[in-house]
Amino acid sequence: MNVEDLRKDFPILQEKVYGQPLVYFDNAATTQKPQCVLDKIMAGYTKYNANIHRGVHYLSQLATEAHESARQVVADFIGAPDRTNIVFTKGTTEAINLIAFSFGEQFVGEGDEVLITAMEHHSNIVPWQMLCGRKKAVLRVAPVLENGELDMEAFRQMLSERTKIVSAAHVSNVLGTVNPVKEIVRAAHAKKIPVLIDGAQSVPHMPVDVQDIDADFYVFSGHKIYGSTGVGVLYGKKEWLEAIPPYQGGGEMIANVTFERTTYNELPYKFEAGTPDYIGSTALAEALRYVGQIGMNEIAAHEQSLIRYATARLKEIDGMRIIGEAGQKSGVISFLVGKIHPYDLGMLLDKMGIAVRTGHHCAQPLIDYYGIPGTVRMSFGLYNTEKEIDMFMQAMKRVVPMLN
Amino acid sequence: MTINELQDEIIDEFSVLEDWMDKYGMLIDLGNTLEPFPEEYRIPQNLIEGCQSRVWLHAEMQQGNVVFAGDSDAILVKGIVSLLIKVLSGHTPDEILNTELYFIDRIGLKEHLSPTRSNGLLAMVKQMKMYALAFQATQQ
Repeated sequence: MNVEDLRKDFPILQEKVYGQPLVYFDNAATTQKPQCVLDKIMAGYTKYNANIHRGVHYLSQLATEAHESARQVVADFIGAPDRTNIVFTKGTTEAINLIAFSFGEQFVGEGDEVLITAMEHHSNIVPWQMLCGRKKAVLRVAPVLENGELDMEAFRQMLSERTKIVSAAHVSNVLGTVNPVKEIVRAAHAKKIPVLIDGAQSVPHMPVDVQDIDADFYVFSGHKIYGSTGVGVLYGKKEWLEAIPPYQGGGEMIANVTFERTTYNELPYKFEAGTPDYIGSTALAEALRYVGQIGMNEIAAHEQSLIRYATARLKEIDGMRIIGEAGQKSGVISFLVGKIHPYDLGMLLDKMGIAVRTGHHCAQPLIDYYGIPGTVRMSFGLYNTEKEIDMFMQAMKRVVPMLN
Repeated sequence: MTINELQDEIIDEFSVLEDWMDKYGMLIDLGNTLEPFPEEYRIPQNLIEGCQSRVWLHAEMQQGNVVFAGDSDAILVKGIVSLLIKVLSGHTPDEILNTELYFIDRIGLKEHLSPTRSNGLLAMVKQMKMYALAFQATQQ
């Protein structure tokens, strides 16, 4: 994989900020888009834009085919058995809300428990909290060890006969911890508890096979894997998707409607009320083809070497504290320097053309656990280079003394 | 000095600073030299929680003037807190309420007051005016 060549596929990487070349280390928030994805969006609107599934006319057929073949591409990409296992959503957040609502309606009652982990993003906390509020159920939280790994022993002990579902991140968006998802699933399944895995930070960075993991639900966002915003994916096992009620009502998700009674459409349409983002889905399919051609193993290896290199170089800085030192990490490095506030570091780095994320990264409970004001987070994509890490380090060596 | 004279003075001081590094260096100095925030004021009612950083603000009346004390956990934010206090503290509620704060924009630090930064500064400016309004009401 030739990164310098691949960089040319991303027009925004040629942009300058404050007159300096952009160093984009905020890929965990969103990724930049290659030309082929941009072209696909343009083609969608200039060549085959028509509402899908309901038109008999030519353009509608083309658009429907594009959307449905995108579903197949997604299914193949994550190793789903069939395209009907794939529900398009607005993103990871909506996918989790869908399951929290629909699964919760059907299977969670008073006194039941939902088990999450202490390293979840707000989007994998709040929907469950809302469900527990509605149903008088209990949200339980498996703790994180000081090094950023999940406390598996505590997790196992917290799986009780009242636990109705487990929801856990594959990769932490703050710590970079890669959770042992197969072990999590196995432990939960041993007690017949289904598991949702939040793949927002894993799918863009490593090969993922949902059947190998044996997850009951697996969710991710398109825009974090070089696709456009507004499209995400919910993978679900057929028996679960069939067992839970629809999330939203509307067009597309119905089979037959009378004022007395409505019957619902088959999978996956039962969960896709209204006009879906069929331009976004085809753009996502293009993005998946793009990374597929490069190879997810190659991308993972490249990003792993960036993480190793950046971690080693960060340690050159006095007072460096890396938050999250799990044995297996992916995608992100969070850190603090001495007593410097992350906001200050982020603002000064920005002035030098370096885009990092600062703050609590929508994982406030985790930040509170570490007793810190937030972190500075650098997160990598396939187009980042060691040279950029060197530029980042040069900037750090200028701004850290200013703030110390 | 009037509030506007104080604003103009700050604009003058910043106008000699050439690049952003000097400007930010100045903010950091201002943050470091801000009078320490009295610990008894560090209470939840005085905390303005931003998404990125926290700001504390205390206000009281002294001989008809509003006196502010402030603090932040981020030094750049604290620098701007220091400037806001320098400009607004020690003036009557009427003066504070009738002021348009133009200096932040003119010294090129407007981005720190943008709502998207979510650092608590915008809420602080609003809160300073709210205090002035409240004190004005009790005077009448």
